[in-house]
Amino acid sequence: MNCFQLENVSHRYDKTTVLRGIDLRLNPGEILGLFGHNGAGKTTSIKLILGLMKPSEGKVTVLGGEAGDPHVSQHIGYLPENVMFYPQLTGREILSHFARLKGAPLSQVPKLLEQVGLGDAMNARTKTYSKGMRQRLGLAQALLGKPRLLMLDEPTVGLDPVATADLYRLLRDLRDEGTGIVLCSHVLPGVEPYIDRAAILTGGSLKAAGDLPSLRRQANMPVTLTVKPAGNILGLEKVIDQAKQSTGLMMKNVHGTLQVDVRTSDKMALIETLLQSGEVADLGIHQPSLEDIYVHFIGSGGLAHRGGSQ
Amino acid sequence: MNSIWTIARKELSDSFRNRWLVAISLVFATLALGIAWFGAAASGQVGYGSTPATIASLASLGIFLIPLIALLLAYDAIVGEEEGGTLLLLMTYPLSKSQLLLGKFLGHGLTLALATLIGFGVAGIAIAVLVDGVAVGALAIAMGRFIGSTILLGWGFIALAYLVSVRVSEKPIAAGMALAIWFFFVLIFDLVLLGALVASEGKLNPELLPWLLMLNPTDIYRLLNIVAFGDSTQLSGVLSLGSDLPIGTGGLWLGLGLWCAIPLTGALLLFRNRKI
Repeated sequence: MNCFQLENVSHRYDKTTVLRGIDLRLNPGEILGLFGHNGAGKTTSIKLILGLMKPSEGKVTVLGGEAGDPHVSQHIGYLPENVMFYPQLTGREILSHFARLKGAPLSQVPKLLEQVGLGDAMNARTKTYSKGMRQRLGLAQALLGKPRLLMLDEPTVGLDPVATADLYRLLRDLRDEGTGIVLCSHVLPGVEPYIDRAAILTGGSLKAAGDLPSLRRQANMPVTLTVKPAGNILGLEKVIDQAKQSTGLMMKNVHGTLQVDVRTSDKMALIETLLQSGEVADLGIHQPSLEDIYVHFIGSGGLAHRGGSQ
Repeated sequence: MNSIWTIARKELSDSFRNRWLVAISLVFATLALGIAWFGAAASGQVGYGSTPATIASLASLGIFLIPLIALLLAYDAIVGEEEGGTLLLLMTYPLSKSQLLLGKFLGHGLTLALATLIGFGVAGIAIAVLVDGVAVGALAIAMGRFIGSTILLGWGFIALAYLVSVRVSEKPIAAGMALAIWFFFVLIFDLVLLGALVASEGKLNPELLPWLLMLNPTDIYRLLNIVAFGDSTQLSGVLSLGSDLPIGTGGLWLGLGLWCAIPLTGALLLFRNRKI
């Protein structure tokens, strides 16, 4: 059973279309990165999955049921962007309140607070909490009742590097136990190692979705080879120039090291040529990063796209 | 039901924490004891007068205080959750909008009911213990009726506050509208009714006139606490129309109950259609 499935989902606010024909699913035991600039449709997609609103067209299925059904909501954990809590209550009181609402055992509350590093602060009022502490509390509430679907919107905001690493470790453990996880973040290099698949939204449409190798294939972006000359750089340049005629690759000299952009299909042949020439001291291969792929699909001029989120 | 009680329980615990419950109870007790002993001070008398006079005075003051306290308690019930950023999170839980609002109503309603019961209850006990020769049975009935109607009046204004809270998107606007509601029912309505009576120069259907009082819960409340003693001489101004109402105290109770049920139902319907 999918954690969620959006089938040809479109949504309109008044006369403005904010989602167009989205097809997307999340499997159990999978981490999906949901990316897009502000106003791309991420928040609307999340609200549809959470059952906070109905799609104008299409079908949303969550954990085999209808989005928003109390039996479904019971198995969903959600951390909103900029999570806020009742300032006059302590972390423990807040988590107990939400545990009761979810029907989760109260014995889980202190354990979760310890797990997110709020063990010492659980009896302090949340108005004294820093942004990072609020974020940890938000994560603890999302984990109440051992959710089967976890939706985290910018979960690392306000977390220090150690806490961020702890969070990703925790998410990997949950994934391994079968939880489906959606991660929305603007810090793409941070999430890249942890996601199994990515979905890129722009202007309310799903531009691309898949694992990183498949996205690289869809993007058809060049691989960058970093080549350090064994001797004189001119000899190496000559070898590459010869290869260039057949592959149309791009080359630039960066502080005595050559950076060569080559199509994935030509990569192995070029490496072989370079190694046989004897002009190479060292060679590195750099695949396009998630950020490169994102920029490729979104296009430059991202600031022009950025509106408010819905 | 569990979800409704969880929401109510938080509201109740908030009322204990922020001292609302203690403060309202103290205000009610002080008010009741002050009126009981010093209500007739202006005419040169100090000491407990009579139960009907005390209840009539309490009801006259209650119409100012109870609606105001109820509105203050409840005006930010939903808009406050939204501004505080917790409404979105709450709605992702297995909790419907109706359950959230009913939970709030139960919590706020219990807070007001407890404060009324404690405040006026303590005053009633003090009167029964300290005043020689007071008819304890009659006092208990009158106080019971007064406390019950005060609670119903408060619940009505809590529901009216929700009508505002589910509609607006900013707390200051909700506060302003809550004050406008208080102003209308407590200060303006009777004046407008009186003005309409005078201006109509007797052309208004005389059978219809008393029913107009049912359009204001504070008037029903006062009628209920004065008419019940069978002494319509205490009725003054537009309230004197009440002596022509062809319904007994049962009808007045029902009227006050409807003033809770109708605004609450309206608030539930409006909240269901509110986008999160």
